[in-house]
Amino acid sequence: MTVKVMTAKEITRKMMNKEELFILDVRNQDAFQDWHIEGEHFGHLNIPYFELLDGVYDILDQLPTDKDIVVVCAKEPSSVMVADMLSEQGVDVAYLQGGMRAWSEHLEPIKVADLNDGGELYQFVRIGKGCLSYMVISDGEAAVIDPTRMVETFTDFADELDAKIIHVIDTHLHADHISGGRNIAENTNATYFLPPKDATEVTYPYQPLEDGKILTVGATTIDIQALYTPGHTIGSTSFIIDEQYLLTGDILFIDSIGRPDLAGKAEDWVTDLRDSLYRRYKELSEDFIVLPAHFMKIEELNEDGTVAERLGQLYVDNHGLNVEDEATFRTLVTENLPPQPNAFDEIRQTNMGKKNPEEDKQREMEIGPNRCAIQ
Amino acid sequence: MNAAKVLDVKGLACPMPIVKTKKAMQELESGDILEVQATDQGAKSDLTAWTKSGGHELMQETEENGVLTFWIKKE
Repeated sequence: MTVKVMTAKEITRKMMNKEELFILDVRNQDAFQDWHIEGEHFGHLNIPYFELLDGVYDILDQLPTDKDIVVVCAKEPSSVMVADMLSEQGVDVAYLQGGMRAWSEHLEPIKVADLNDGGELYQFVRIGKGCLSYMVISDGEAAVIDPTRMVETFTDFADELDAKIIHVIDTHLHADHISGGRNIAENTNATYFLPPKDATEVTYPYQPLEDGKILTVGATTIDIQALYTPGHTIGSTSFIIDEQYLLTGDILFIDSIGRPDLAGKAEDWVTDLRDSLYRRYKELSEDFIVLPAHFMKIEELNEDGTVAERLGQLYVDNHGLNVEDEATFRTLVTENLPPQPNAFDEIRQTNMGKKNPEEDKQREMEIGPNRCAIQ
Repeated sequence: MNAAKVLDVKGLACPMPIVKTKKAMQELESGDILEVQATDQGAKSDLTAWTKSGGHELMQETEENGVLTFWIKKE
């Protein structure tokens, strides 16, 4: 029986279509527990490849016969080895092309909305890591917000839609993933905007993104209005696109809020975080659609795969927006925090331009979930 | 540390470092120490986990100039 190849895109489709899939993850148990592929109807078995070197007989009866099976490892070769062994035993099986590395890098572009005057807003879902990037397209021009380092996905996408990228914006200095912002701006001659308070140590030129600044995309004028909302970082800035879509960066998520401890002391920023969530956002229309820079769980995805919700609904459902007592809120965001993202300080240095690691090293730094949120 | 055998798996990617370590280990006597030199970062956690699951003992590990060295005592 021939071993089949399954791509990260195919698995993403199965996840979004709520199909069944059985994942045989052959990484070691620590790696599996830290981070693995999830889906509403996905089954899992985690047996490290090094326990299968003498044969796969012992696990044959643990594999389903009525579901697609995909073998997954960190990079690929170990999953091919195990898939070959299973295939020799007559099991119909596939392996994940590129392994968890490819899973971490896959981006799924989904249209979020048609904007007024013919523009479009896309969300790029990095399904394996939970990062969300955005592209506004209007009348042959495009703006990219919080792009990840897989820059060709963004530039190719803009090319396909005959749009020229004119603005690249980061809502804040990221600590969980390496920004593609500077590369895209250099490759397309676009202007790169950063919140100046997050950019005090950067080694490259940028334009300051400040409260009240309005950028336009396309001749039809789609406003991108900046709104200063510190708390996750001191510079964190939100945007309102087309007077309806609120890009909250890493300040407010669907089922969680931003953590204030990745770039300084949580105690110093907790007041800013509280003010952004409980005052600045509250002054906005409840009908704004919140589009965050991350999701943590697949339950936060909508039916169409997007991550988006009405601001008014979040004020009802999101626990982090419903902590009345300020002292309790302070405790929530400064104590018992989840583990910090892998290599977060090195990632910040890279995003400042102080470090320039090789691509393989960059991949390694980004391994694992994003961990930017507090529930 | 006195290694009975030195295994060079530098430049090899997963799963080869462990496949070769397992093979080299089979040729050693109980109590012998195998020195493994690897460059694949994934080898770090995998070799540690494999050593444990096989009942062997990881005596020491170092990392210098990108080379990971493990000393494993056979069960």
